Amino acid sequence: MRPILDIQALYKSFGDAEVLKNINLKVGEGEMVFLIGPSGSGKSTLLRCCNRLEEPTSGAIWMDNTNLLAGDTDINRMRQRIGMVFQGFNLYPHMTAEQNVMLALRRVQGKSEAEAREIARRELDRMGLAERFGHYPSQLSGGQQQRVAIARSLALGPRVMLMDEPTSALDPELVGGVLEAMREMKAAGMTMLVVSHEMRFAREAADRVAFMQAGEIVEYGTPAELLAREGGRARAFLGGEH
Amino acid sequence: MNALIEQFFNLEVMAQAFPFLLKGLGVTILLTLLLTPLGLALGLALALGSSARHRGLRRAVRIWVNGFRGLPPLVLIIIVYSALPFLGLRTPPLMAVVIALWLNSSAYYCEILRAGLGSVPAGQMEAARATGLGRAQALRDVVLPQAVRNVLPDLASNTIELVKGTSLASIIGVSELLHMASNARSVVYNASPITLAALMYLAFLLPSVRLTGWLERRRRGA
Repeated sequence: MRPILDIQALYKSFGDAEVLKNINLKVGEGEMVFLIGPSGSGKSTLLRCCNRLEEPTSGAIWMDNTNLLAGDTDINRMRQRIGMVFQGFNLYPHMTAEQNVMLALRRVQGKSEAEAREIARRELDRMGLAERFGHYPSQLSGGQQQRVAIARSLALGPRVMLMDEPTSALDPELVGGVLEAMREMKAAGMTMLVVSHEMRFAREAADRVAFMQAGEIVEYGTPAELLAREGGRARAFLGGEH
Repeated sequence: MNALIEQFFNLEVMAQAFPFLLKGLGVTILLTLLLTPLGLALGLALALGSSARHRGLRRAVRIWVNGFRGLPPLVLIIIVYSALPFLGLRTPPLMAVVIALWLNSSAYYCEILRAGLGSVPAGQMEAARATGLGRAQALRDVVLPQAVRNVLPDLASNTIELVKGTSLASIIGVSELLHMASNARSVVYNASPITLAALMYLAFLLPSVRLTGWLERRRRGA
């Protein structure tokens, strides 16, 4: 399968602390890859390197024949093709759901107000938020806010979605709606790189799982492979209840 | 008691002085309309400079801002007014006041806006950048509106301070409200024009003071 994201020999240090060591990972078209592992193992940092919210120290990340880390890469252009969803949603509180989705369509893609609104409403509708176009984030539940955030990313037509613990900040009864949205995105062929502690969901939906520890990917395979590996560290993790 | 009323609340004198004081109020308002946007603009530039990546720039901005916060505005007005001619600049007093109070007010606006920018979670900038917005776009559309909203009462208070500060311009003969009242007083040997000026300042500023109180309450409610 042709990789959409191809991470090669990636290193990242914060001062003296090396938080990513020689990361190599390919994410194929339409694949859902989970990054799992203990806290502080570098999962989120790796994800944030993929759209350069963190600047890697060295290595390469290829996407569509472009090295995202090259000096002459227009990262703002590439970021439209790399959606990102945050643990804390990070919706703009002074804008309605619709305006949240419209902002980058207008400012980055230069769409007309009418066109941006049409796209925003379509994406929000897909997320089951047809009744919520004019609501401000403070008027929405956490689950609804996260789905607005997903719509905000999808509206730009990304090739890959980076999801950083998308359900960790949600009350248990709201997790299902967001997981359902992720399932639908996968069914629609979206490529996804996901940091999550939802192990039951990972077992069921992930195509590949990368288990990280102390800044390295120490195990990699399908959920079934990792679960079958006797004595594997990922096994205990992935086999957990959640 | 009668002497006090005669000296400070002489309605006849007030009526005579009123047209002059109205002209003075016009200059005070002109100074306000000039200095508020100028101060906000430079204050914002300084606030952004305070968090610039370049360390030298950051330091320079901090020295600049702390310097002008530490200088009494009256001293600044006199220095600017008396020093500019030596630089070959023949500036009218009004211009000297605008420059001096601009330097002073922008330093305070800077500190308020810096606090406002600091109050917006980093995730807001990240979310905007992650959708492809440039830094300037993200600041304008996402971070600044929230920052300003968070410090609106303080910005309003500072603007009121600025209006009151324009009365210092009287010392170098700018014909603003206090200066006109002072002139009228020395012509008629009666302080009633000063009382009238005080009432006019109040009429001009009380609505703003009340607005600030309302913004304050709304912020606490939110």
